[in-house]
Amino acid sequence: MPVFNLSINGRSRAVDVEGDTPLLWVLRDHLGLTGTKFGCGLGVCGSCTLHVDGEAQRACQLPVSQVKGKITTIEGLSAKGDHPVQKAWIACDVAQCGYCQPGQIMQACALLKQHAHPTDAQIDAGMAENICRCGTYLRIRDAIHLAAKGGVK
Amino acid sequence: MTTRREFLQHTGCLALAFNVPMTLKGFEPQAKAPAKAAPLEPNGFLRIDPDGSVTVWATRSEMGQGVRTSMAMAVAEELEADWTKVKVQQATTAPRFGDLGVTGGSQTTRTTTEAFRKVGAQAREMLLQAAADEWKVAKSDCRAEGGFVLGPGGKKAGFGTLVATAAKLTPPKEPPLKAKKDFKILGKDTLRLDGPAIVSGRAHFGTDVKRPGMLVASIERCPVFGGKLKSFDASAALKQPGVKQVVAVPSGVAVIARDTWSAFSGREFLKVQWEEGPAAQVDSAALRKQFEERLKTPGKVVRTEGDAAKGMEGAAKKLEATYDAPFLAHATMEPMVAVADVKKDRCDIWAPSQAPGWSMAAVTKLTGLKAEQIEVHVPLLGGGFGRRAMPDFLLDAVACSKAAGAPVKVQWTRQDDMRHDGYRPATLHHIEGGLDDKGALTAWRHRFAGPSIAVAAGLPWPPESTELSGAADLAYAVPNLEVQWAQSETPVPLWFWRAVPASFNPFVTECFLDELAHAAGKDPLAFRLELMHAAPRKVGKDTVAPDRLRGVLALAAAKADWGKPLPKGWGRGIAAHPYLDCGTYVAEVAEVEVKGDGTLRVHRVVCAVDCGQVLNPLNVKAQMEGAVAYGLSAALHGEITLEKGRVQQQSFKDYPVLRIADMPKVEVHFVESDLPPGGVGEPGLPPVAPAVANAVFAATGKRLRSMPFLPEKVLKA
Repeated sequence: MPVFNLSINGRSRAVDVEGDTPLLWVLRDHLGLTGTKFGCGLGVCGSCTLHVDGEAQRACQLPVSQVKGKITTIEGLSAKGDHPVQKAWIACDVAQCGYCQPGQIMQACALLKQHAHPTDAQIDAGMAENICRCGTYLRIRDAIHLAAKGGVK
Repeated sequence: MTTRREFLQHTGCLALAFNVPMTLKGFEPQAKAPAKAAPLEPNGFLRIDPDGSVTVWATRSEMGQGVRTSMAMAVAEELEADWTKVKVQQATTAPRFGDLGVTGGSQTTRTTTEAFRKVGAQAREMLLQAAADEWKVAKSDCRAEGGFVLGPGGKKAGFGTLVATAAKLTPPKEPPLKAKKDFKILGKDTLRLDGPAIVSGRAHFGTDVKRPGMLVASIERCPVFGGKLKSFDASAALKQPGVKQVVAVPSGVAVIARDTWSAFSGREFLKVQWEEGPAAQVDSAALRKQFEERLKTPGKVVRTEGDAAKGMEGAAKKLEATYDAPFLAHATMEPMVAVADVKKDRCDIWAPSQAPGWSMAAVTKLTGLKAEQIEVHVPLLGGGFGRRAMPDFLLDAVACSKAAGAPVKVQWTRQDDMRHDGYRPATLHHIEGGLDDKGALTAWRHRFAGPSIAVAAGLPWPPESTELSGAADLAYAVPNLEVQWAQSETPVPLWFWRAVPASFNPFVTECFLDELAHAAGKDPLAFRLELMHAAPRKVGKDTVAPDRLRGVLALAAAKADWGKPLPKGWGRGIAAHPYLDCGTYVAEVAEVEVKGDGTLRVHRVVCAVDCGQVLNPLNVKAQMEGAVAYGLSAALHGEITLEKGRVQQQSFKDYPVLRIADMPKVEVHFVESDLPPGGVGEPGLPPVAPAVANAVFAATGKRLRSMPFLPEKVLKA
């Protein structure tokens, strides 16, 4: 099997897997980074959202052989879980089961890079492909607005 | 026979479990680190360490409903703990925790709150006694506050410094509980304890479990329900990289590999022949026909008041209608998954399960081990909604681990999860109502056809017991009333889905009430308020409290500006449901805009909740928001259909669910109450669909009687 060198959360990691293995499973099964979640494997739910060079991508749709750029996962978003978006998520008590939330947070970070102070409509458009079955959407919206102001109530 | 609720309440009721460790001789606390001083462990559910940290063991599974936090709050309240020092761990099926039972039916709050308060109170009394002994003062001169015991003359000791002395005392059996007015934690908005772990990606879900030497399996199942394995050819699959083994298991053929992707990829190369069986002839249209036929003959009479036939005959105005609701999938965000490690003399299972103990008999059978050799560990559940009380995914892991002789994770794909669920039953309803010449409702006849979850799942309960809530317990006063349930057969596996039959029956009854109100020329809210019983009324095993029903209806209407004009194309609808099973009443008003193309935009849902004492308002609000979202997914989109015995939907592409842009504003208002706290996971869901359908009628005069409310149905109505 080929060896792939990846830059993940500021560290370089080498993995020995088949080239068609989605980045999602490389992270979860081979590198112990389980914060990125498997929701559908089809790129339609957003649970596996992470950043490649700062852009939100679906890890289940990225074969490891085609990954180019610096990868940031939820574990690498901040050293202590205190990124403004994470702080806002806690302050708004967004999570219920919590399974989709790493993906929601990574998507929200990408959105805030595009729109530092997004409107509700911009949030709805930017977060449209991230599903939450617990129905935490209202709090996600609130938390993004709060994060835009620093993440603290 | 036991009903579902009795089952949920009585097995795994902590009140039982609570007594076990306290009275059990030889109850051994958790193994502790040798160098450290002894912690205080008065019972199986709480530990206070010498550093003052407090650990609570949650006995119910966390699937987003907030039980880990609420159980810890109940303990901390009575303990007078410093909330910042409280941690929560998850109980396993180990004997020290008693019977974990089932997390479902919105029963956790009702059945465990007092027991967990006692857990805290017991330790508090011991700490007070320990301080009194050390200070040589009367215990009654000491009090606990914020993680300290305070005594006369400014004496103050942290809980941690007292645990060694306290641990030598006998735990009191009936410790006194605090009065509600003295609560400092219960009743206050409290952030969930798992929040920081979730947002940093450290939270540990079922799919995140990894054991040394663990393999991963993916199972090919017969696409037709009830089909059997005929033969399989594994030669190509076995040649795929990472694939270790291909083996027949009870649920299908498992491809066991070194990692998830290898298992998924290897499975693509598997060739399987199935004996599809009779269900291969079944499709949705045939099932609908079968229900229609079934409705033509009487069903089992499940409620009767007065004489419904005579009442209908004598009515000045008669109305009848047909309603239907489809099969639904749960579609939790985390597809089904479990890990098992079956050894010669022990079996450990890590299952995000709502019923970790429920599979014990099946696991003993599969492994040949005794129950005491088996331990189920419960990580966080990536959504539950009832689905995760099914034992199937857990047993998959046990079968694969046994076959592989190694720890195995069985990871379901999204498609597996969608096509091999236990579905919310489909139903077809015929309903009639009679009004007298003053527009008063005098007769009600409701007959509905549908299959039984109890029968389909092989549960030892009466067949109708899983299907009646929201129909047989109609809370309104109708002098002549009859409800019949016409049992139907289906090959579709069925299971509990958030609110169970109250996810469809109140859609029918609350919409039909709306029809009757309009036929009587009355306001739908006023019409309902006229139908209140004069006094609490026994309905089956439960009692409807008319003042609570009236209370939530009136509060929802007042907060939703009931009666105030809305823009053209908008409407307001009201619906209520007393969720008698868990002691919570909810009424909702939906504000809906009907677009020209038939799509519905739900702008606002006002919820009025009477759940007795509110333990954590922040979380109760979250549960209402969540129930509205889950209910709207079903009302607007959800439908599982069958063709040739196969579920046609495979993922969120063809089983759409609510997205952020479609989430309405949800406003939650509480009725002040001193009643014991009721459950809140399910009760917000039943009123959603009827409130929306009633709003559509108010906006357009179109009556929606078939879920989901797809644009083409709205246009055709």
